[in-house]
Amino acid sequence: MLRVEGLTKRYKAGDHALKGVSFTVEPGQVVGLIGPSGAGKSTLIRCVNRLVDPTAGKVFLNDAEITSGAGDLRRVRRRIGMIFQEYALVERLTVMENVLSGRLGYVSFWRSFFRRFPAGDIEQAFRLLDRVGLTEHADKRADALSGGQRQRVGIARALEQNPELLLIDEPTASLDPKTSRQIMRLIVEICRESNLPAIINIHDVALAQMFVDRIIGLRAGEVVFDDVPSRLDNAALTAIYGEEDWAAMRKTAEDDAEDDAEATQARIERMAGLV
Amino acid sequence: MPVSIRDGRPVWQRRTPARQWAIWAAWLALVVLTVYCWQVMNRGTIWAFVEDAPQQAADLLSRSWPPAWHYLDRLWWPLWDTVNIATLGTLLGIVFAVPVAFLAASNTSPSTAILRPLALFIIVASRSINSLIWALLLVAIIGPGLLAGIMAIALRSIGFIGKLLYEAIEEIDPAQVEAVSATGASRLQVMDYAVVPQILPAFSGISVFRWDINIRESTILGLVGAGGIGVQLESSLARLAWSEVTVIFAVILVTVIVSEWVSAKVRQAFI
Repeated sequence: MLRVEGLTKRYKAGDHALKGVSFTVEPGQVVGLIGPSGAGKSTLIRCVNRLVDPTAGKVFLNDAEITSGAGDLRRVRRRIGMIFQEYALVERLTVMENVLSGRLGYVSFWRSFFRRFPAGDIEQAFRLLDRVGLTEHADKRADALSGGQRQRVGIARALEQNPELLLIDEPTASLDPKTSRQIMRLIVEICRESNLPAIINIHDVALAQMFVDRIIGLRAGEVVFDDVPSRLDNAALTAIYGEEDWAAMRKTAEDDAEDDAEATQARIERMAGLV
Repeated sequence: MPVSIRDGRPVWQRRTPARQWAIWAAWLALVVLTVYCWQVMNRGTIWAFVEDAPQQAADLLSRSWPPAWHYLDRLWWPLWDTVNIATLGTLLGIVFAVPVAFLAASNTSPSTAILRPLALFIIVASRSINSLIWALLLVAIIGPGLLAGIMAIALRSIGFIGKLLYEAIEEIDPAQVEAVSATGASRLQVMDYAVVPQILPAFSGISVFRWDINIRESTILGLVGAGGIGVQLESSLARLAWSEVTVIFAVILVTVIVSEWVSAKVRQAFI
């Protein structure tokens, strides 16, 4: 369970990225975080695993405070798995090394330097590669894989940490519509299997509504919507993004649902104009 | 503004008229400077010497030919020394250059206030002095021989490798570093898993490139007594034994061709 209380971030340049954000994520709940560019989505999830240090506010993970001052940074980060936009794999390392890098928070420098990970870690890495369907690619270099395969490696790396929370930053930003759905489906399934809470930053509102349990809408650093996806109506979208013809987007989303495989370039262009 | 209104229609030009004139003026200044430099250059020239240059060159060539191939027997050891000076000097340079590069790169330096300027100073100091001058100084300090040559090559290589490597470190993809940091990796583990893989191709390329340069530089270090084939070159030049000089040139040429082939192979292997 994740509890965020009054999280505030003001950058040195003066940007007030977050203005007292509070919410709670239950175990196994997948939350979609939506909002326009610059609304603070990226800052919010980075404040949780302290890639960015918040100016004020507290974050609790399973009732233990993890914000600054509370414990060692390394111990905090290893409890939280993160999946990145454009994968952020180490391109010149193998798939296996990328997955095992999820254990870096647990093993000593010399063990990791000589790639002598405990047998249990390696077993788990094979199990996860099998789960994401990449067993036969374990020895390939990460840059030899396709976009969808790379994001699967990213997922396996995050799960290799045995995380208590998943933070997911635009997981489908550079994937085609079909692969995007497969990746979202995989993430949601995994969260259900292991009762893992997750926060997904996502630009594609229709895709978010299709998969997540709950949507939080962020605008200019403040929560303006927090409810189940079915309650995200035109008024709510206007509150989050501003005035637009939301009915057109809904229609597109319905078309997609009918015809999953035939997602066309034209749709992407229409969507790009909207969200 | 390069955009002006003519006959009610907007006209776009690449530059404003003022800028265009400034460019013309700069070209004119360049022509004037070239003419002036030509005059300065000719002032100190004794034309009588230049006029018989073709005869002099032909004379030198005729003395250089045929090469004194028997002299080869006495070149193998100095050649081996030369290759050793270049290789050991490059390795020693790498040992010092790698930590200096990590201290100098703004994204890996642990202290931007003290250590980074210090590392940058080491790089500039090493680069500002030619290998031959380092060798001159070192021959005076530690005496003639291979050690002076190796140290001279190493001291010059620190700056070269350090500079190119720290620029490569600053150009890495920060997303990969962020991703490895997010797993809870320590600082050293982030270096090992996110930084080193990204700079490895650049590092191997820079190192063999410097080794390649050092092979060429170590052939002349003997001129100031720092060992290698340059010692033989100097003695042959001093004795006006041009046919021996030809052999030395041939040996250096072949060595450089081989080193260039090796460095190309190594670079291919590390992409």
